[in-house]
Amino acid sequence: MTSALNPRFSFETFVVGSANRLAVTAGRTVAENPGSAYNPLFIYSGSGLGKTHVMMAIGHAAKTIASQLNIEYLTLDEYVEAFHAAIAAGQGDAFRRRFQNVDILLVDDVQFLTNRKEMQAELLRLTEALQQSGHQIVLASDRPPAEIADLDERLISRFSGGLVVDIGIPDYETRVAILRRKAEERGSKFQPGVLETIAKVEYPNVRELMGALNRLIAFQAVNDSPINAEAASKVLGIPTAASPSVASSSVASPSVASSDEFSQFLTDVTVTVGKAVEAWRARVTEAVMRWEGEGYRTGRLEKLLEQETPAAVDEAIAGYVQDVERLKALESEVAVLDPQAAGGKVFRDPDHMGEAEAAAEKVRDGAAPPPAPSAAFPFESYVAGPSNDVALKAVRDVIAKPGKKYNPLVIVGKSGLGKTHLLNAVGLELAKKKKNVVVACLSTQAFVDELIAAIDGNRVDWWRARYRRATALLLDDIQLLAGKERTQEELFNLFNQFLDGDRQLVFTAPAHPNTLNGIEERIVSRLEGGLVAEIAEPDKELRRSVLERLLTQQRVPLEPALVDYLADRPIDSVRSLTGVVQRVVEAAAAQDGPVTAGLAREVLEGAPPPRRTTGLRTSGIVVSSAGGVRSREKMVWDWPSAGDRVIEDLR
Amino acid sequence: MSLVNFTSREITCKIVYYGPGRSGKTTNLHYIYGRVPETRRGRMVSLATQTDRTLFFDFLPIDLGQISGFSTRFQLYTVPGQVYYNATRRLVLQGADGVVFVGDSQARQLDENIESLQNLQSNLLEHGVDVRTMPLIMQYNKQDLPPELILTHAELDDALNFRSVPSFPADALHGKGVFETLKAVSELVLKKLATGSPAA
Repeated sequence: MTSALNPRFSFETFVVGSANRLAVTAGRTVAENPGSAYNPLFIYSGSGLGKTHVMMAIGHAAKTIASQLNIEYLTLDEYVEAFHAAIAAGQGDAFRRRFQNVDILLVDDVQFLTNRKEMQAELLRLTEALQQSGHQIVLASDRPPAEIADLDERLISRFSGGLVVDIGIPDYETRVAILRRKAEERGSKFQPGVLETIAKVEYPNVRELMGALNRLIAFQAVNDSPINAEAASKVLGIPTAASPSVASSSVASPSVASSDEFSQFLTDVTVTVGKAVEAWRARVTEAVMRWEGEGYRTGRLEKLLEQETPAAVDEAIAGYVQDVERLKALESEVAVLDPQAAGGKVFRDPDHMGEAEAAAEKVRDGAAPPPAPSAAFPFESYVAGPSNDVALKAVRDVIAKPGKKYNPLVIVGKSGLGKTHLLNAVGLELAKKKKNVVVACLSTQAFVDELIAAIDGNRVDWWRARYRRATALLLDDIQLLAGKERTQEELFNLFNQFLDGDRQLVFTAPAHPNTLNGIEERIVSRLEGGLVAEIAEPDKELRRSVLERLLTQQRVPLEPALVDYLADRPIDSVRSLTGVVQRVVEAAAAQDGPVTAGLAREVLEGAPPPRRTTGLRTSGIVVSSAGGVRSREKMVWDWPSAGDRVIEDLR
Repeated sequence: MSLVNFTSREITCKIVYYGPGRSGKTTNLHYIYGRVPETRRGRMVSLATQTDRTLFFDFLPIDLGQISGFSTRFQLYTVPGQVYYNATRRLVLQGADGVVFVGDSQARQLDENIESLQNLQSNLLEHGVDVRTMPLIMQYNKQDLPPELILTHAELDDALNFRSVPSFPADALHGKGVFETLKAVSELVLKKLATGSPAA
């Protein structure tokens, strides 16, 4: 029931002149970006000036660009007919659905909406539905929306809301161009000046112009001899006053004083303007219109137009286009990282490339790889020993086959045993393995803080994208997630994505995950699903290795007695061990002496506690405050007074 | 005055008909007004004295429609010719893109023509415009009068047209030469905008 698109009506076969350039440009833009550029596009012009041609050309062009598009062209009458048929068949809803699924709807002759209230309502509804779903609607009429009699105000505002363009009567040059092309299409040749003679007549539309051409073609065919300009004027009944030979012959000619003087004048001015507006201006103007249509600022090109004779116009246009392309590239890059930042005005102004680059840089920074592992914790400096054997082996496996073997890996151990070191070491090793590896390694607290900042800045998408890019996620102190519901939610999603993509997850926790409070079951179960590797308190052997390394770092000569003494101390974490070494070394520095076992003993066990010389009462048990008795129960420093005791006894 | 605006795609030409009193400037405009289709012309504003003399100025806007994608408008002005309205003349002349000097062909009006021409030159200078850079057309009106009363085209050229600008004999009352003059001045104006160099 809808008309097929006539293949002859394409943009290629449309002669573009000043009167229809805007309509064609708008039409091309719509065909290239259906639904987004100008929606609806309303084209109006008098009859026979090419509305239908442009409409069909839009359909063809859109189809060429994206063949899957569903394009419907129909006249309003056809639409009304279809609607009535559908209503009669009780298929009103099906009819509506059918048109709502059209990607580009081209409706011709909408001026016939006059006095059709129900169709106006139907079209209003359809326009709204199509606009809402981002589908393109193109309308054509012989007059602007506001002049269609009896048209619903809402329709007028809808129609005018997109772009309303008119196609004017072609100017002289365009008429000549149309005639040449048509004559060529018909395979007819005319003597020079003949087509120009026809073109001089201001026919109200192209159809009549074609009629005139047809008459000449027929006349020439019958007479079997080429027709000249004068004969052509006679055939077409063009008054001689308007024929070029007479008009230009003499200023004093009395026939000049005809009412056609003005159109003659108009033609002359048109020629002059055409010469004045040189070709380069046309090219620049075309570029301005095109890029303006796409939403780019064209200040630079407009400046060109202000100059009289700018040098290197084409280079300037090319430069502009290059900048626009760069903007497009930046915008699409930004769109991936931060959909909200894309679409900003800064990406539409080629005159301020710097700002666009800076904006993109900012987004890139924001979306720059998430926090990386700290280089302060190299894997080499992690000291192995029986107490962390299991964890270390698991870590080696993870480094060898990230995401494959143990995923997630949870390193569990008390504070100060080197979990953070190990975590960062894993991160560093993973990052070293391949080039395009993005390792996110941070403390859970930082992770939570970042999410809060992202929520605050309305950039959660961006934040997510940032972590989704990572090929490994390493979180320290996972117990800090307790009570952070939103973070747990986000982590849960990330978790699943990482697991699905065989990307490595490593966590640290002070205790077994299932003993941690405030963490959702679904996360705990996922943590348990991988490997939970425990780091025990450092054994003597490990303490020894750590000590040796620490002392070497402090440039202290490794004296066996010192190392033995320190390694024998009951120290329960590597961090305390570091503290101990620090204290001893500082003490040695204070005394300006060497670090020895004796000094260490003195520093760590200290001088005997100061003896209480006054008010010291003992229970009779011999107490040597300097000696080996350590238990306080055996020492009675403050005996109750005698009176208290008596009362006590009486009870 | 911005003659051509490529950004908004507009061409606006202000053309001033200059000349001594009673030389036929307003007649020129009236004739043009009568030939321009109604849709193309604005209201002709004419402020005339009781004796039909231009008191202030005539103004006729013409819309030439879209030309090469430019909406083109001509604004035609006349100045009051009488000597004592010089302030008005100067005002009207401000921002003119082209000038048509409508001379009176009658032999006895020659001095007035010369005086008006000099007045044009000095008024342009007041606006900082060199008359040599201003698109200028000479029109010798009233060529329909008996030959014994008027000077010929050549004689008038000799007497007035020392800059050798395009000149036209005319009979504004009947329209002879009116559009030729307008066309010539339009061409000069538009050519000037194209080249940016002094026309003529």
